[in-house]
Amino acid sequence: MLQGKKRHMVGSASASPRGKDTFPKILLHNARVFGNRTAFREKDFGIWQSWTWSGVSEEIRAFSIGLQSLGLKAGDKIAIVGANRPRLYWAMVAAQAIGAVPVPVYADSVAEEMAYVLGHAEVAFAIVEDQEQVDKLLSMSDEVPSLKHVIYDEVRGLRDYDHTHLHSYASVQDKGRALQAQSASLKGEWEQGLATGKGSDIAVMLYTSGTTGRPKGVMLSFDNLVISGRNGNDFDHLDETEEVLAYLPMAWIGDHVFSLAQAFTAGYCVNCPESMDTIDVDRREIAPTYFFAPPRVFETMLTMIMVNMEDAGRTKRAMFDTFMDVARKVGEKILNGEKVALKDRLLYRLGEFFVYGPLKNRMGLTRMKVGYTAGEAIGPEIFQFYRSLGLNLKQLYGQTEASVYITLQPDGEIFGDTVGKPAPDVELKIAESGEVMYRSPGVFVGYFKNDEATASTKTPDGWVHTGDAGIIADNGHLKIIDRAKDVGRLTDGALFAPKYIENKLKFFPNIKEAVAFGHERDRVGVFVNIDLTAVGSWAERNNVNYASYQELAAHPDVYAMIESHVDQVNRDLAREPMMAGAQIRRFLILHKELDADDGELTRTQKVRRSFIAERYGPLIEALYDGSATKHVRTEVTYEDGRKGVLEATVEIRDMPLHDAGKSFQEAAE
Amino acid sequence: MNAFVADKALTPAEADGSGEPETLLRVDNVSLAFGGVKAITDISFDIRKGEIRAIIGPNGAGKTSMLNVINGFYHPQEGTITWRGTVRRKMKPYEAASQGIARTFQNVALFKGMTTLDNIMSGRSLKMHRNFFWQVLWRGPAEREEIEHRKKVEEIIDFLEIQAIRKTPVGRLPYGLQKRVELGRALAMEPELLLLDEPMAGMNLEEKEDMSRFIIDVNQEFGTTIALIEHDMGVVMDLSDRVVVLDYGKKIADGPPEEVQASQAVIDAYLGVSH
Repeated sequence: MLQGKKRHMVGSASASPRGKDTFPKILLHNARVFGNRTAFREKDFGIWQSWTWSGVSEEIRAFSIGLQSLGLKAGDKIAIVGANRPRLYWAMVAAQAIGAVPVPVYADSVAEEMAYVLGHAEVAFAIVEDQEQVDKLLSMSDEVPSLKHVIYDEVRGLRDYDHTHLHSYASVQDKGRALQAQSASLKGEWEQGLATGKGSDIAVMLYTSGTTGRPKGVMLSFDNLVISGRNGNDFDHLDETEEVLAYLPMAWIGDHVFSLAQAFTAGYCVNCPESMDTIDVDRREIAPTYFFAPPRVFETMLTMIMVNMEDAGRTKRAMFDTFMDVARKVGEKILNGEKVALKDRLLYRLGEFFVYGPLKNRMGLTRMKVGYTAGEAIGPEIFQFYRSLGLNLKQLYGQTEASVYITLQPDGEIFGDTVGKPAPDVELKIAESGEVMYRSPGVFVGYFKNDEATASTKTPDGWVHTGDAGIIADNGHLKIIDRAKDVGRLTDGALFAPKYIENKLKFFPNIKEAVAFGHERDRVGVFVNIDLTAVGSWAERNNVNYASYQELAAHPDVYAMIESHVDQVNRDLAREPMMAGAQIRRFLILHKELDADDGELTRTQKVRRSFIAERYGPLIEALYDGSATKHVRTEVTYEDGRKGVLEATVEIRDMPLHDAGKSFQEAAE
Repeated sequence: MNAFVADKALTPAEADGSGEPETLLRVDNVSLAFGGVKAITDISFDIRKGEIRAIIGPNGAGKTSMLNVINGFYHPQEGTITWRGTVRRKMKPYEAASQGIARTFQNVALFKGMTTLDNIMSGRSLKMHRNFFWQVLWRGPAEREEIEHRKKVEEIIDFLEIQAIRKTPVGRLPYGLQKRVELGRALAMEPELLLLDEPMAGMNLEEKEDMSRFIIDVNQEFGTTIALIEHDMGVVMDLSDRVVVLDYGKKIADGPPEEVQASQAVIDAYLGVSH
């Protein structure tokens, strides 16, 4: 839609054009302009069922009028619980048309957490997917006294429930349709009603999971979402021809923006998978043109490919290996539009035909124009793998409070270790403390019923604390180094970001876990856990014999290998002026794997830093007292619950420092 | 007070207001023997329309034989079977099937090399009206008919939440899922009476919960009458409306779960007393 692009230029933070400042208004506009274009699809009964924009408009109107007749009014909160389904997306806009505020919640959250959110939000209505969610809500009616009506999409199993306050989605819509049939003026009245909505009204409330304390309700206005959505579309040139797959939780800001805000503002089609287990097949059938996934999705896809290639015939494997070498060499350059020798270009073409094309088809990414990953750091190898296939995969950095976008990687400016440049209309700065702060039209209105938290997050002039520490590189790209509260200082004042160092180490396949120490100490020391699979297969290939993890971890060759990795990390750190002071001075390879059974990791496999510091006190001491070896006894818990003691003499290695200035120059040249 | 809590579910008989429950199938004084071995001795009970009826008993009590009699695989030497008010003559299992009796087996009996979809499709074969010639030709009416059947099968796939394995050969599926596919194939016949022979044998707790849910839903959504054999007493007591207990081929109790559970004869049969 060329016209549209001209109308709202990148970077225009002004109010949305022509009164299209709320989603209900945009819906009417889309129904007029895109009428017969497909707006939503859902795979049901093995077939992609689809709805056009004008169809969706009718569905939403019927439901909205039905809701009104049940007593929903402006300002009421309405919970949305369930997996991605067109009807749940419609319910949000139907509520907005009346002035009510949708509150999507995580469908799989435990009852207690959900009850807190619904109680805190004071929801009056709840629109849920099926019986499971109905049961969950009924069980918490004491904690959520404000809840008046529950409306469900999937009828199954609910026939015998008391239906005084329980309604099926279809029955509410039928009521809306019946009312419209009775009164010819109702449609007009409904449209007039939604026309009174303003861009500054609250569009949605999203609860952030929050690693500490209770979840907070982030209030976002229509302006926040509509402007962010338009900016996002313009940034990546997205229009009504895009196809996206809606499969990430509806309560998550990313899905809300990709599958609703951007879909409505651009007019593109949102596809809802048949079930959570069929996403891979559904993605292949739809072949989304705009795709978002957290790093683990890309990791899993890559692992699947590699495993399948192991089982492939010899010819196929040889072809895969040959052409993947070509892709590694020139794929990214071609994608970035750099100069590449004609021979390589032709080889790459051939590879596209024989290997990359079929691979992309397998993954359902054949038509992908642009894809994003965010949420956590993605391994550089994984990132490069996809880019070398010619997939325009990029990173972004965002949060709920910003209506997603804070920084984005522009096409052709992709660096594995940065999260890109400020998104359109976003101002970025680094506070004294090293914390990243931003100001943008997407900045949230406030936390619901929590002025204290709002005041501590958002300054009076609109800057928001992200809670992340970062630096802005010379090329203008933002680099996130750690959670602000975890960042410390060495005694000489150098910045120490443990997670940043650990992630750099963990990107080596041979290193499974790393724990860095250095806050309020004179230098950085690191514990390393080797990856038994990766190092084990290396040992097999190199005739290294070992009987246990402990023996392999202490092997001199393994130490030499890890030493070279640590040295590489130091080189990388030396190249960054802010980080050069925090190079690793000493490291050791732990004699046992960190394990959740021993309390060293959380159940989600995150390192419990303080616990480890306590448990391995003598080893930390050894990191700093200069000794070359240390004898330790560690209690371990076996899987059957028995306890045992592991004894080992652990070697500690010193590492040379790299000259900050010099390597920086090297890099610059 | 919680305004949402539903009233106790109505039994089908109460729901249709007739008061007197309609009997779908009645077994009168049936005896079955293999040579000198008496598998079933003089058993009578009925299955009412719309109920979940459990048949329980210790190993070798004659439960599976009873199911085999109901679905026409065995022919009792004595006694009668009344199906929808008509006394049944000697018949073949497929005749029973075409009259609306479907079943699943104690050991999964699927076509291992075929996909889930094809297996469930095979359950529709009795409903196919076009003859073999038309189906081979697969044009016009046969094609239209197949589309209709596929629709029905897709509804079942959706109902049993097995979309993800639609195209997977069933031999590759875990046991719990195979059981679900088998239930799907039985449902594809749109039976009036569904016989389930140990639908939860060999399942873990989670799979049992899922299967129980499906059985209840089949009963409620499709109004299918269900007769099931099951060893997990917790499941039986939760699911069934009425239970008949067999021991050594004889009926020792019949009634609602609570009543049966309290019966001394049943306790003796399960805990063992000298005979």
